[in-house]
Amino acid sequence: MDLGALTLNPPVLVASGCGGTGRELDALGGLAGLGAFVTRSITLDAREGGPAPRIVGTPSGLVNAVGLQNPGIDQFLARELPWLAAHDVPAIVSVAGSSIGEYADLGRRLGRSPGVAGIEVNLSVPDAAGLNIFDAREPFSAARVIAAVRRDLPRGMPVLAKLGPQSNRIGESARAVAEAGADAVVVTNAVPALMPDGRPGGLSGPAIGPLALRCVYEVRVALPDLPVIGVGGIACAADARAFLAAGASAVQIGTALLHDPTTAVRIAAELGGDPS
Amino acid sequence: MSSARDPLHVTGEVLSVKRIGAYRHLTLVAPGVAERSRPGNFVAVSVGDLRPRSHQTRLSYWIHRVRNTGSHGATIEIIVEPRGAGSQWLTGLGQGSRVDLTGPLGRPFAQPKEPVSCLLVGEGHSAAPLFPLAERLRERGCVVSMLLAASDEQHLLAALEARRSARSVTVVTRDGSVGRSGRVADVLPELLAQVDADVAYAAGSVETLHAVAAAAEAHGAWSQVALELPQPCGTGLCNGCPLPVVGEDGVARIVRACHEGPVVRGDRVRWTALLEGA
Repeated sequence: MDLGALTLNPPVLVASGCGGTGRELDALGGLAGLGAFVTRSITLDAREGGPAPRIVGTPSGLVNAVGLQNPGIDQFLARELPWLAAHDVPAIVSVAGSSIGEYADLGRRLGRSPGVAGIEVNLSVPDAAGLNIFDAREPFSAARVIAAVRRDLPRGMPVLAKLGPQSNRIGESARAVAEAGADAVVVTNAVPALMPDGRPGGLSGPAIGPLALRCVYEVRVALPDLPVIGVGGIACAADARAFLAAGASAVQIGTALLHDPTTAVRIAAELGGDPS
Repeated sequence: MSSARDPLHVTGEVLSVKRIGAYRHLTLVAPGVAERSRPGNFVAVSVGDLRPRSHQTRLSYWIHRVRNTGSHGATIEIIVEPRGAGSQWLTGLGQGSRVDLTGPLGRPFAQPKEPVSCLLVGEGHSAAPLFPLAERLRERGCVVSMLLAASDEQHLLAALEARRSARSVTVVTRDGSVGRSGRVADVLPELLAQVDADVAYAAGSVETLHAVAAAAEAHGAWSQVALELPQPCGTGLCNGCPLPVVGEDGVARIVRACHEGPVVRGDRVRWTALLEGA
């Protein structure tokens, strides 16, 4: 799969927020030979994240309220990106901002940083309001964010728009972000949910697989030429093939890595052996 | 690129499940994991049936013992308290069952370069990693004393075994069913002074670890505490086990208990923040 200057080969990526800094996954053999590594969402300033418990199990899923813990763009560029850049896997940096201006700043900083293979714009943080993240659920708002990130990026640097799981409007959102300059859409994110203690969180894992699959299908029908990266509940090669059959050009592996850190490389190997 | 120090994700095999009081003692064949482990390392076990995987989070257990069985090579032993659905699934496995696990994980206990006096404080099944530590410390010429604590005799781990590993063993139970009646904090200052401890190692509840860190500091000793916070993945991937600390640069930050810990210096933990979140 080609996105500007970036080739995703194999079409299997690590999903944002599920691969640590990359070093931990690499130590477990879970990074080599993947199409790309997507970082956890990076914000302009460092964030401590939410209190414990941050993740709870549910039937076939997880609810997380990690709260976008990250070291901020300066520390990320100084400490984490050099390691990723030195390794043989393209680094796609996920970004989230409290305003359109912040998204634009993040895009500007990353666009001139060696080692950044692409930018994934997180437009669907499940608890955006609680985390003071710009609410980009409306297609118009999502398009404004993408346009702001796109503006100062070098040519060929791909921008991926990560959309939420509202399947009734996802085609509309995909069209808006594509017209604003997104090279691909990532479908979908964790589903807004509640932690058992009443805090907002996001549900992920096999429990949302069919929902994510439907979102991929909706985008494919609405925009046959727009590359779609499917994510949500993929735990084995058969799941990945279902997403590819529904219209995805590539897949991301997230929650499954938390119980088996070798899931992504296994799926990549199995898809390589049988590309059907 | 994987190195000999890196953890492994393997399919293990259950060799035996035995009852020890309120706990279950599991012996597992986990190729390569035992050989790499050091006292204070743990394993993260994927629980639940494989397809579909009903449980997405994993359970972490201290590596209690590493033994060479001969026929199966090196095995690891873990202590499990069957409480929730995941631990009940695990302890219900029969001999020969397969189980996916990752290990050895986490930062192990730092050990002194010189032979010093060490007090090892363990509470309930959390005392599991202290037994291999006691042996390593004795090999280094350290004077090893142990304080084992539990709510009652059923929840006391391996007190007899401790007497083989340590010069002195003190037992406290909250109900007084065995040893002295009370809690760790009740006997700690007296014991630290009695053995003139240079280092206190502890594994137990957050409250107990806090008590050990505070008493050690008051006594002028170093402390190493093994935190047992919920770890959804155990591998550093998910940021789900926040641990508030003060770094060596003096800056307060949140680290991952599973990766930057779970063994940390007691004076580095921001205990108030941790207890508020517990």
